[in-house]
Amino acid sequence: MSIIPARAMGRPLDRFDGADKVRGLAPYAYEHPVARPAYLSAVRSTIATGQIMGIDCSQASAQPGVLGVLTHLNAPRLGTDDGELRILQSEEVAFRGQFVGAVIAETSEIARHAAGLVRVDYRPRPHDVDLESSREQGRLRVPQQIMPMFPVTVDKGDVESALAAASVRVEHNYRTPWYNHNPIEPHTTIACWNDDQLTLYVSTQYLMGVRSTVAAAFRLDPQQVRVYAPHVGGAFGSKVPVHSDLILAVMAAQLVPGRSVRFALTRHQMFTQTGYRSPTIQRVRLGADAEGRLTAVDHESFEQTSRLGEFAEHATRATPTMYATPHLRIRQQVAALDLPTPSIMRAPGESVGMFALESAMDELAVACGLDPVELRLRNEPVAHPLDGRPFSSRGLAACLREGARRFGWQPRQATTTPSRQDGWLVGTGVAASTYPVLRLPGSKATIRVTPDGRYTVLMAAVDIGTGTRTALTQVAADALRVDLAQVELRLGDTAYPPAAQEGGSAGITSWGATICVGADELRRRIAAEHGGTIPADGLEVTVDMPENPHLEQYAMHAFGAQFAEVRVHGETGEIRVPRQLGVFAVGRVVNPKTARSQLIGGMTMGLSMALHEASLLDPRYGHVINHDLATYHVSSNADVPAVQAHWIAEQDDQLNPVGIKGAGEIGIVGAAAAIANAVHHATGVRVRELPITLDKLLTV
Amino acid sequence: MDTEISLRVDGAERRLTVDTRTTLLDALRERLGNTSPKKGCDHGQCGACTVLLDGRRANSCLALAVAHDGAEIVTAAGLAADGDLHPMQRSFIAHDAFQCGYCTPGQIVSAVAMLDEAANGWPSAVTFEAPDGSDGAVGTGPVDLATSPDEIRERMSGNLCRCAAYANIVPAIQEVAQS
Amino acid sequence: MRPFRYERATDPDGAVALLSRSPQAAFLGGGTNLVDLMKLDVARPDLLIDIRGAVSGVIEELPDGGVRIGAGVSNSDLAAEPLIRERYPVVAQAVLNGASTQLRNVATVGGNLLQRTRCLYFQDITTACNKRQPGSGCSAIDGHNRDLAILGTSPDCIATQPSDLAVALAAVDATVQTVGPDGSRGIPLTELHRLPGSEPQHDNVLAHGELITAVDLPPLAMAARSRYRKIRDRASYAFALVSVAAAIDVADGQVRDVRIALGGVAHKPWRARRAEDLLRGGPATEDRLRRAAEAELAEAQPQSDNAFKIPLARNAIVRTVLDLVEAER
Repeated sequence: MSIIPARAMGRPLDRFDGADKVRGLAPYAYEHPVARPAYLSAVRSTIATGQIMGIDCSQASAQPGVLGVLTHLNAPRLGTDDGELRILQSEEVAFRGQFVGAVIAETSEIARHAAGLVRVDYRPRPHDVDLESSREQGRLRVPQQIMPMFPVTVDKGDVESALAAASVRVEHNYRTPWYNHNPIEPHTTIACWNDDQLTLYVSTQYLMGVRSTVAAAFRLDPQQVRVYAPHVGGAFGSKVPVHSDLILAVMAAQLVPGRSVRFALTRHQMFTQTGYRSPTIQRVRLGADAEGRLTAVDHESFEQTSRLGEFAEHATRATPTMYATPHLRIRQQVAALDLPTPSIMRAPGESVGMFALESAMDELAVACGLDPVELRLRNEPVAHPLDGRPFSSRGLAACLREGARRFGWQPRQATTTPSRQDGWLVGTGVAASTYPVLRLPGSKATIRVTPDGRYTVLMAAVDIGTGTRTALTQVAADALRVDLAQVELRLGDTAYPPAAQEGGSAGITSWGATICVGADELRRRIAAEHGGTIPADGLEVTVDMPENPHLEQYAMHAFGAQFAEVRVHGETGEIRVPRQLGVFAVGRVVNPKTARSQLIGGMTMGLSMALHEASLLDPRYGHVINHDLATYHVSSNADVPAVQAHWIAEQDDQLNPVGIKGAGEIGIVGAAAAIANAVHHATGVRVRELPITLDKLLTV
Repeated sequence: MDTEISLRVDGAERRLTVDTRTTLLDALRERLGNTSPKKGCDHGQCGACTVLLDGRRANSCLALAVAHDGAEIVTAAGLAADGDLHPMQRSFIAHDAFQCGYCTPGQIVSAVAMLDEAANGWPSAVTFEAPDGSDGAVGTGPVDLATSPDEIRERMSGNLCRCAAYANIVPAIQEVAQS
Repeated sequence: MRPFRYERATDPDGAVALLSRSPQAAFLGGGTNLVDLMKLDVARPDLLIDIRGAVSGVIEELPDGGVRIGAGVSNSDLAAEPLIRERYPVVAQAVLNGASTQLRNVATVGGNLLQRTRCLYFQDITTACNKRQPGSGCSAIDGHNRDLAILGTSPDCIATQPSDLAVALAAVDATVQTVGPDGSRGIPLTELHRLPGSEPQHDNVLAHGELITAVDLPPLAMAARSRYRKIRDRASYAFALVSVAAAIDVADGQVRDVRIALGGVAHKPWRARRAEDLLRGGPATEDRLRRAAEAELAEAQPQSDNAFKIPLARNAIVRTVLDLVEAER
C-alpha cells in the first residue's frame, strides 16, 4: 500500500465549525428549530429489581398541558432482543432507575412535574449489585469474545513455573471504580413521526446505528428513518450504542404523530441510562530476571455486566502487545448484576488495564532497582509477543526517549529520594500508552465533481468534537489532489452514504481510507470515460471502504509515553499535577491543531480519572448516589496547570491509504498510571485503587 | 402558573410568557429559540448555561425567569455584534480552545466577564494565596490576568470542559487579556 | 418542579407577613440553592417570596468600627468590598473559596448562610433521609459518608453544613440580624445553625417566617490578619472536606487571643473554643497548636469513610495558624 502525499494534511487549520461554535450557533440535537415541539420527561424505577404491581397515571394525565402518558400498558411492542432497549415491555424491573414510564406535555416544566405525579407500586425482589462478593464467591463467567482480533483468554508458555523461577516478582491487585462519560451535552433527541416517516435529531456517534437499531426496534424499513446529527456535544463512547432514551423518545413521538418530541436526559439520568465504564478488579503478576527482563506476565481482570446484556471492559486487551515475555497468561471474567449494562468509554479496556499493568511495571522497576524508562526499553519486543507478527510500526521506545528528553526526566535508581518544596513532596512518574489501530467496516462515500472544479464528499459520518469536519476535508483534498477550498464535506445525515461509527479512534481511519478509494475512482473515470476532462453535467462516484491486504500480516498499534510531575502536600495529602507531558506515535498527523487537542483532552481525562472520578454505587439501593457534577468530580480548570502533547514523525504504509492511526483514545491510556507512579515517587505510597484522593496519602 | 415578562436579549427587547417554574435558560432555549447558552447539568454545576445577567456572569439554569423580569441578558451569540466575532471568540478559535463546542459559549461569556471583574479589582482565591503586600493584604487595584495563568484557571473553574481543552482555554484568554 | 406562586416583597416586614401566612412558602434570594433543590423535588414551596427588593444590598461601616453586611449583598460584592478585604480577609477568602464566580454573582449573603447540606442522600428523594423526611432513617450512616460530619453528629443525622462563609463568620463572632413574626433579634452566628440531634430537619434556629436582614461583624483588630484554608477534592469548585478559619494575636511570643472555626466537620460551623482556650496565654508553637487541635477533636466520632478528617482537621488547624504566626513575625 502507498499512502497519499500531504499538501493540505499536516497543516494546523482552525476547525471549520469554530465560528458557529464560539457563538453557540452550531445546532446540537435538541436545538433544531421545530414547529410546536412537545416535551418528554421520564419516570424511573425506584427499586432495583422486582415487579410493577400497578401504575396510577390519573393525576399526571389530569394536568393541563399533558399530551400523553406512556407505561408498559400502552407502549408499543418492540422488535428488539436487546435487553437494555426493551423498555416498557412488561412489569419487570431489571435495575434501579430503569424507565418505567414517561409523560409528554406542551412544556418541559409540565412534563417534568407530571412525570413526578405518576404513582408506581412495586413488589421488590432482593437484588445483587456487588462485584466484590461475586468475585469472592465465584459467580463469574468468561465473556463472549469481545472482538475477533483480541482474545480474552491467553496461555503462552507456563506462567506459574516462570513466576516460581523468577529472580524478581511483583504481584498486586489494582482497582478502578465505576466511571460515567458525562459529556457536557446530555443524550438528547428530537423525534417526529409524519405518516410512515420518522425523523430523528440525535446526539450520536453513529448515525447508521441509530437508523438500523430504531428501524429494527419499531419494525420499520430503514428507509423510513432519517437521522440528523450535524453537531454532537461530546460523547466519549456513550453515544455509540443506541440507549433506551432514544427508544422512549420514538415511542412518545408515536403517541403524538406530527409533533416533534424533544427529550433530554437529566444529568442524574446520565448516570444510569447511557452506559458506563465497569469497575475493575485486576490482578497483575510479573516475573523478571535480575536485569529486569520479563519472564512472565499474568493479568486477570474482573468486571461487571448486567443481567440484561453483556459488555466486558476488556482491561487485559493491551497486555499481550506491550512487552516481550516468554510466558503470558490473560484471563477475563464478568459478573452479571442487577445494574445497567456497562458500555464503551474512551479507550475501553486500555484506560483501566494500562493503569494496572503500568503501575505494576513501576513496581517492578522499584523491585529491580531500575529506572522505569530503562525497564520498559529493556522489554521492547521485536515482534508481537503473542503471535510473532511484525509491528507495522512501533514507536514506544522512541516516545519514551523523546518524552524523557522533553520532560527533563532524571534517570533514577529505586531508592531516589524525593524532593520537598514549601511543604509539598514532589515526584515524577512515567507510563506507556497504547491503542490498537481498529478498522470498522461499513463505510461508503460519494464524491461529486462539477465542471467548475468543486468537489462534494458525502458520508453519514459525524464530528463529535474531534475535528473530523476539518481533518477529513484535509484528507479529501489531498486524496483528490485539489485545493482545500474546492472541497466541501457533508456529514451528519443518513441521506448520505453509510459510514461507520466515530469510535475506537477509527472514524477518520475508516472514512479517510474510503475517500481515498473514491478519489482514485473519480480520477480513473474522468480519465477513462471523459478524456481527462470533467464532464459538463459533472460526475459522481460511490465507493466502499477498501480492504487492507496487510491486516493479517502486521500488528497495528499506536504507542506513547506519558510523564507526570506531582506535588503532594505533606500535611494535608492534597495532590496537584503541575505537569503532564506525552509523546505519541500515531502515524501521520492530519491536523496538528485538532490532533493535539484530542491528545491533551485524553491526557486530562486521564488526570481526572487518576484524581477525581468515581461513581459511588450504594448497594442497598442499587444505584449510583453521587449522580451529579457537584459530587462526581471531573477535573476543573484549576486542576490542570500544564498539559503538553507531542508526537514523533511516523510513516506507516501498512495501515490505510492516509497513513493514520487515530488519536482520540490514546491520550487517556497510561495517564493515570504515570500520575500514580509519580505519587509513589513523591511519597512512597503506592495507591492501587483509583482515584488517588488525599485520604489515601494522609498517613504520609 | 403563566405570567408575562420582558427580557432584553442580545440587544433585542423580547416579551414572552413563562411558567413561574421556567428558568432563564429554558426561557431562552425553549421559548425564545436562543440556544446559545447550553444545558449541561441544569444545577449550576457545569457552567455551560453562563450568560451575562444585567452585566454579570450567571448560571441561567438556576435563575427563575419570573424573578428577572426586565433583565438585560447577553449570550455568546450577542457578544458577536454585527456578525463580527468578539476578540475572545477569535482567540478561542485560534487556540483551538474547545472540541465539541458545547461548553464553549458558556466559557466565552465567562471569560469576557472575568476580564471586567479583574479590571475592577475583584480578587479570587488565588489572589489571596499570593498577596502583593508584605502584610498579607490584597490590593484593590486591577488584577493582571495576562501574567497569571493561575488566576485565570481559578476564575474559570466554574466552567467544566469534558473534552478538557483547559490547556488551550487558558492561553486563549491570556492572549486577549494582554491586548 | 411543583407549581408555585411568585410574589415580590418590598420591605422586610411585608416579606415576613407574606411568608407567615403560608406554611409552605419560602423566601427567594439568589435562588442558587433553592431552585436547585426545587428541581430535585427536595424543596416544595407553593409560594416564593422574592426578598431581593426587601433586604439591604449594602455594606456599611458601623459606628463602633464594625461592619454591617446587608443580607441581600451578593457573595461577589462581599468578597470584593475593600472594608472586608482589609479588616476581615478571612471572610473574603472564605467566600472566594466557595462555588464559582457565576454562583457568587447571584447568591446572597443571607442565602449563603441558609444553604442546605450536600449530603448525597438528602439530595436524592428516592432514598431515606431524616433531614428531608423525618423518621425515614439516615442512609448516610451505613452508606457513603466520606464528606460528612465527625463532630456533633447524632444517630439520626451526620450531615455537614456546607457554607464556607458561615465558618469565617463564626470565627470573627458575627451576629445575624433577623426580622420575624415576633419582632427582630440578633443571633450570634455560632448559634444560628444547630446540631442535628433528633430533629435534623431543622438546620438552624430561625422560626418560619424569620428573615435574615443583615450580618454584623464586630470590630476585631486581629481579624485583619486572618486566613481561610479549604481542603477539598478538586483544586477549585468543590465543597470542603475540611476547612479552617483562623485569626491570631500574638504579643511578646504569647498568644493574646485566637479564633479558630472549622468547616466540613459538623452540622454547623464548628467554633474550636476548646483549642482557643488552650492556646491563649502561651507561645504559639507547633507542639502547642497540635495539642490544642487534638483536644478539640478528642470527641470526634468518625463514620466508616471519614476517619481521615480527624488528622486532616488537626493538621489543617496547625498549618493555618502557624502560617499566620509566621507571617506576623
